[in-house]
Amino acid sequence: MNEHEHHHHEVDPKTAEVRTEALEDLLVEKGLIDRARVDALIERFEHDLGPMVGAHLVAKSWLEPQFRDSLLDNADRVLEEEDIKGAEIEHVEVKANEPGIHNVVVCTLCSCYPWALLGLPPSWYKSPEYRSRVVREPRKVLQEMGLSLDADTEIRVWDSSSETRFLVLPERPPGTEELGLEELAQLVTRDSMIGVAKVKAL
Amino acid sequence: MTGVEILDGSQAAPPRDNGELIFEAPWQSRAFGVVADLVDSGSFTWAEFRHSLISAIQTWETLETQDQPPWDYYSCWVSALEQLLFEKVLLDPAEIDLRSREYVDRPHGHDH
Repeated sequence: MNEHEHHHHEVDPKTAEVRTEALEDLLVEKGLIDRARVDALIERFEHDLGPMVGAHLVAKSWLEPQFRDSLLDNADRVLEEEDIKGAEIEHVEVKANEPGIHNVVVCTLCSCYPWALLGLPPSWYKSPEYRSRVVREPRKVLQEMGLSLDADTEIRVWDSSSETRFLVLPERPPGTEELGLEELAQLVTRDSMIGVAKVKAL
Repeated sequence: MTGVEILDGSQAAPPRDNGELIFEAPWQSRAFGVVADLVDSGSFTWAEFRHSLISAIQTWETLETQDQPPWDYYSCWVSALEQLLFEKVLLDPAEIDLRSREYVDRPHGHDH
């Protein structure tokens, strides 16, 4: 195969669309996949799995100091106890933001992400720019994404390229002292658990 | 293309809320679902697919600027899937080339 043509084939989105259709049909014909199962998986990832699983963990951590300690100490055990399972969370570590310390998650090599906690990654998380720049110049990238941090706040960048997935435990915003678990969970955004935003009170 | 252009531009909208669409086109969700089903049914593991995806992304990243098409994550995803299927001898390169050609050559109105 001509190398030059080959790359154009691979990366032209229209061609990728055609190849996806051809791949799916061939794999169905070979009995390697099942269309109804594929439909169900897409449905599940699009609708059932989202950041709410992670948001509940965060909200519960805000309300229960002991739960928070367990989550930071051994997230895998907590997920097992909470019966949270799924692809891409074989080993999870939770990193807590605190005054003076801000955590942000990236996968420099591809797009590793705790799907079962946050759903599928947003497109910017997978972009070459985010993956390379957030390591080199996190403060600038976060600012471009709408999060300005004080100059004396230490930024810790966690690279998920190993078997480890990270979840950021954002700080509870002031003015939410009266809220319960469900109301708090509603405030916790996906972006705050990746570490590119803070949680805001409504 | 610089990082600022991508972070600020239409390629990847900056994260302002949680409302961003996961898939930008139906074929992307199919490409995702096909891989998920292949993993679930045991054709390969997520770790193997991830390895292949990293290679596909690196291939894109190392292309010379004049040869480098716009960044498209799911195109890399599809390339990674093809490569892994070839490696596992679950699919013949000629087979997928032929089928794709047939679909491209379909008369208008029959392409979906």
